[in-house]
Amino acid sequence: MNKTINPNELKPADDTGPLYAPRKKVYPQSVKGTFRRIKWGLMAFCLGVYYLLPFVRWNRGLGAPNQAVLIDLPNSRFYFFFIELWPQEVYYFTGLLIVAAVALFLMNSIGGRIWCGYLCPQTVWTDLFYAVERLIEGDRRERMKKDKSSDPMKLERISEIVLKHSIWLLIAWWTGGAWVLYFNDAPTLVKELLTFQAPMIAYIWIGILTATTYLLAGYMREQVCTYMCPWPRIQAALTDEWALNVTYRYDRGEKRTSVKKAAELRALGEHVGDCVDCYQCVAVCPTGIDIRNGPQMECIQCGLCIDACDNVMTKIGRPKRLIGYDNDINIQRRQEGKAPVYRIVRARTIVYSAIIAAVGGFMIYTLATRSLLDVNVLHDRNPVAVKLSDGSIRNAYTVRLLNKSGYDRVIAIDAHGPANATVHVIGVDSVTPDRPMIVIPRDSTSELRLLVTAPADNNPEKSIPVRFHVTDIGLGEVASATDNFVSP
Amino acid sequence: MTDHSDVDAVTGKSTTGHEWDGIKELNTPLPRWWVISFYLTIVWSIGYWVVYPAWPLIQGNTTGVFGYSSRADVAVELANLEKVRGDKMVALGAASLADIEKDPALLALARAKGKTVFGDNCAPCHGSGGAGAKGYPNLNDDEWLWGGTLDQIMQTIQYGVRSGHAKTHEGQMLAFGKDGVLKGDEIVTVANYVRSLAGLPTRNGFDAAKGEKIFAENCVACHGDGGKGNQELGAPDLTDKIWLYGSDEASLVETISQGRAGVMPAWEGRLDPATVKAMAVYVHSLGGGK
Repeated sequence: MNKTINPNELKPADDTGPLYAPRKKVYPQSVKGTFRRIKWGLMAFCLGVYYLLPFVRWNRGLGAPNQAVLIDLPNSRFYFFFIELWPQEVYYFTGLLIVAAVALFLMNSIGGRIWCGYLCPQTVWTDLFYAVERLIEGDRRERMKKDKSSDPMKLERISEIVLKHSIWLLIAWWTGGAWVLYFNDAPTLVKELLTFQAPMIAYIWIGILTATTYLLAGYMREQVCTYMCPWPRIQAALTDEWALNVTYRYDRGEKRTSVKKAAELRALGEHVGDCVDCYQCVAVCPTGIDIRNGPQMECIQCGLCIDACDNVMTKIGRPKRLIGYDNDINIQRRQEGKAPVYRIVRARTIVYSAIIAAVGGFMIYTLATRSLLDVNVLHDRNPVAVKLSDGSIRNAYTVRLLNKSGYDRVIAIDAHGPANATVHVIGVDSVTPDRPMIVIPRDSTSELRLLVTAPADNNPEKSIPVRFHVTDIGLGEVASATDNFVSP
Repeated sequence: MTDHSDVDAVTGKSTTGHEWDGIKELNTPLPRWWVISFYLTIVWSIGYWVVYPAWPLIQGNTTGVFGYSSRADVAVELANLEKVRGDKMVALGAASLADIEKDPALLALARAKGKTVFGDNCAPCHGSGGAGAKGYPNLNDDEWLWGGTLDQIMQTIQYGVRSGHAKTHEGQMLAFGKDGVLKGDEIVTVANYVRSLAGLPTRNGFDAAKGEKIFAENCVACHGDGGKGNQELGAPDLTDKIWLYGSDEASLVETISQGRAGVMPAWEGRLDPATVKAMAVYVHSLGGGK
């Protein structure tokens, strides 16, 4: 290794070594800059989607809910815009989880913990709570001073604290309130909640989520990321050497000196680092770390230290991005006098993108071409086959018909299996011989007991496949399922 | 206690004093709130011991201060369920079998209830799906010893077969060999004759005329002319393909010489009338009902 500087030697971590670690309260300072703007934008977007989505309407026709996103647990339906899922289609959630997981991998391989820094609910709500705190109690220095003050019981201070917690609780309460709106018609539920007519479970969930939001975003903050969340551990296993992470470019920063001294030394033609040890990157950090110690598990990579450092660099007339999205490979390359190389397109990112495209594309395709008529067949297990008095063989099946449409259907069932076999549905007198017809009401399922009988002179010797066709008499829509016909 | 005196040279952090294969474990203590949470769980568990049944003793267990029992909870839930279902079961009990068949809601209830009760009471002999076994009729096929209409099935369930109930089905296959009515060769002959009735192959040199004569003298009374059976007596049709005790010569010889008298218990009194009705509807829906 021909490293000129070992990042580990920069500054040994403070370590007191007791049995437990007391909380070091973090007072992040406000900062302005590119990444802060991105964060505000994403926060507004995420919170906007979360709070307003339940009120978006979607016309599904008469008798169907007109809420765009609705998890209808009593009726076992899930609505997401044009998508309607039945319990039988729960595998779409598996697909969604796969896409979500691989999307996290992809984010990680491109830009590190983008999820942690910009999109995670813990980050978004903590950021919002910090904004409220800053608005009421002031920025870093003021808050530190107020917390240390020996006379905290002044009326002004008390009213500040009360106001802050009231607003926090209001946000937390509205967060819990928005959550339950996804499970019932939102405008109706809002009315019910206000008039205390809503079901108890709604109030319980609002209570739980109010408490967790208040506690996690108001008090736990970075502790959630450091001690409770498994993602920092998993992320370490997913990242690779090409991933861009928020990085202190120590090749450019070291050795640290004051602005004045740096100017003097530069005038003499000596090499000096750009870092002036102003601690702005530390002051703005929401997890209270020093990015100059190298990549750390606590770092959520929100980019605020980049903004803070850029502001300082601009002021002292040095180039921006002493802290920036970079990786160790490029720091090494620069130290060796080579140009940095950025590789977003790599085997890893191609594979992740391909998986997302394949799974997502398949899901969208199947959802768009989703059949509104479906049939599931289950063969009787005991007995698997029955011999009738005339020597013919009969198999019984439990057939479940699914009518996912918004209209009642008249359907006919045909079975194609043993030659000359007859079909009969218990409780249904067929008008057309061997083609039982029944009505399935809209948006519902019907379970039938269906018998297939093979005549004595045509008993199949072994198990043969039997295909059930279910035809909508009016529309001609067909669904089918295959099972087996067995002999005793 | 751990020894924090050792400081790791690379990170400058103290270590726990543990070392494996040259790798030292850094001392990274838990945050205070988490340590406190851990102690709170211990306190919580003590509360749990006091409030809930927790400690197994030699006989039974500690019951907790409120005497909570999950069994009691289940009993309450079941009682509530019965209350909810009560009205529907009353309607089921009041309706005639024909009415149940016509009312989709009652029919669905009867089938569901019947299926559950069948599993609890009938499956030990008739099999979980009514598949039957040797000596225990398959309820899915179309041969019925005592009749396969809804009313006949209901009657069989209510009073049983040779059950001792006053209204039970009676009638039995006599032990022609054991009682000395027929001799060995006569039994073999009539067994072959019965096989010929069902269209099954017979033994070489079997005397059909003799078989017919023995059958007419001994069997026709119950099994009818041509062995077509008699549901009044529970005498099976001997010409079809369904054989409760087997159709091979050895099985038939055993049946004729030893006799057969399977027993079905009467369910009246053991199950309430509405449940018996539900079971009749369920059995009828298995596929063999007439």
